[in-house]
Amino acid sequence: MANLRIQKISGHAGPPPGLGTQRQEQVAKLIDTTTCIGCKACEVACMEWNDLPFRETVFDNTYQTMPDMAWNYWTLIRFNEHARDDAPFQWLMRKDGCMHCADPGCLAACPADGAIVQYQNGIVDFQQDNCIGCQYCVTGCPFNVPKFNPHTKRVFKCTLCSDRVSQGLEPACIKACPTGCLHFGTKDDMKALGESRARQLRDHSSFANAGVYDPPGVGGTGVMYVLHDITNTEAYGGLPANPRVPWSVRLWKGPLKWLGNIAMIGGLIGVTLHYLRYGPKQVKDGSSGGSA
Amino acid sequence: MSGGILRYTLAERVVHWSAAITYCYVLATGLAFYSPHLYWIAVLLGGAPTSRFWHPIVALAFLATLAWMLKAWTGDMRITAADRRWGRAMNRYIANDDEDLPPSDRFNLGQKYFFWVMVWGGVGLLVSGIILWFPEAIPWNLRFLRYAAVLIHVACALITIGAFIIHVYMGTAMVRGGFTSIIRGEVSPAWAKMHHRLWYERTASK
Repeated sequence: MANLRIQKISGHAGPPPGLGTQRQEQVAKLIDTTTCIGCKACEVACMEWNDLPFRETVFDNTYQTMPDMAWNYWTLIRFNEHARDDAPFQWLMRKDGCMHCADPGCLAACPADGAIVQYQNGIVDFQQDNCIGCQYCVTGCPFNVPKFNPHTKRVFKCTLCSDRVSQGLEPACIKACPTGCLHFGTKDDMKALGESRARQLRDHSSFANAGVYDPPGVGGTGVMYVLHDITNTEAYGGLPANPRVPWSVRLWKGPLKWLGNIAMIGGLIGVTLHYLRYGPKQVKDGSSGGSA
Repeated sequence: MSGGILRYTLAERVVHWSAAITYCYVLATGLAFYSPHLYWIAVLLGGAPTSRFWHPIVALAFLATLAWMLKAWTGDMRITAADRRWGRAMNRYIANDDEDLPPSDRFNLGQKYFFWVMVWGGVGLLVSGIILWFPEAIPWNLRFLRYAAVLIHVACALITIGAFIIHVYMGTAMVRGGFTSIIRGEVSPAWAKMHHRLWYERTASK
């Protein structure tokens, strides 16, 4: 998007072009799981706005549209039946999708120049034109979000409607939500809104553990949740309690890379020095060695 | 080629050079994905998506040549007591002080080390590479396999690269006669006597 400035870029030698030339507000989506009714309007709006082709679903005896997200299905409400000890049965509905991490593991793992970018407003976006289909982002993501299209060999995920946001519009899912459980605005505003809602739940309902999910392990996220019980994130369809970019990805992209560079260059210098110091190994009795 | 001793059969040479070509392709494309500063290699090789497409397929071809060599050379590559004697004198070999070195058979200890580094490196690259090739086939609760695979793949690659640098240097610049032998297959008796005396004596007595 022309008026979205890039602040992080994958597989790129040197800083992102145009870094720091413009300041932009951090944007965020706030998903209040306590007011979601599971209507799936967001799923439909996402498919419509992004022009995603229809795909067959798998029925597995739940209201969930399909078991997992897909390369052409970027947001999915996860339906979970949750039995509590102290209260009646609870139905947890969580709109799943890309979390737009401040510290994105997909971007850290990606080797393709410019295939994954993070805009200054915090949106993490895949640029399929630059994608090489290696799927390292699948390994780097702590939320299991990026999905591979085996035919086009490109990886896809929620764009936070970066095309709409760049034009001052809210994402399509926000626009479609009938209960107002989806909010969009600056990160600060959404965080404050979420915290006030969580406080309301703690003070005026039985949800003593209500809280805002904005995990610090990935630097906070551009998609936050209000949860009835922040201490039991896994109950919301495998939402990790403390997501982090895998340490092996960090090691691989950091120290191991430098160690490897030094070892490879050192090896080349080493054999050159050996030749300069000792020279070739000649056959002693005057014959030139090989028979050619 | 009068007076030459056959060191590598035609099949061995063909397989060696098939391994060399496929390894170099996989090395070049792998380096392109390894560092943004080397990404231009993928551009030279027809673009990064193309490089990514062929990298694992050519790697399988390389591993096939490796399997052939494993089958053909396992006996010759077994590390023996004579090798250990040679290994203790390796510093002198490196310094080209080759008088009175303990004799080697068809391959010396350094060559055997190179061979086994490539074999085990190849196994590590194959196992980790399959996981990287089809990460979505690894269930989410076994995702530590994906995390291990990225480390194993790059670690094994770097180890084989180190061995490869030494192998190419020794085969072309350092050990004169070695390069010709893997192209035309033959070495002179003097070369064989100097570098691989046990093998020379075995072959000459036949």
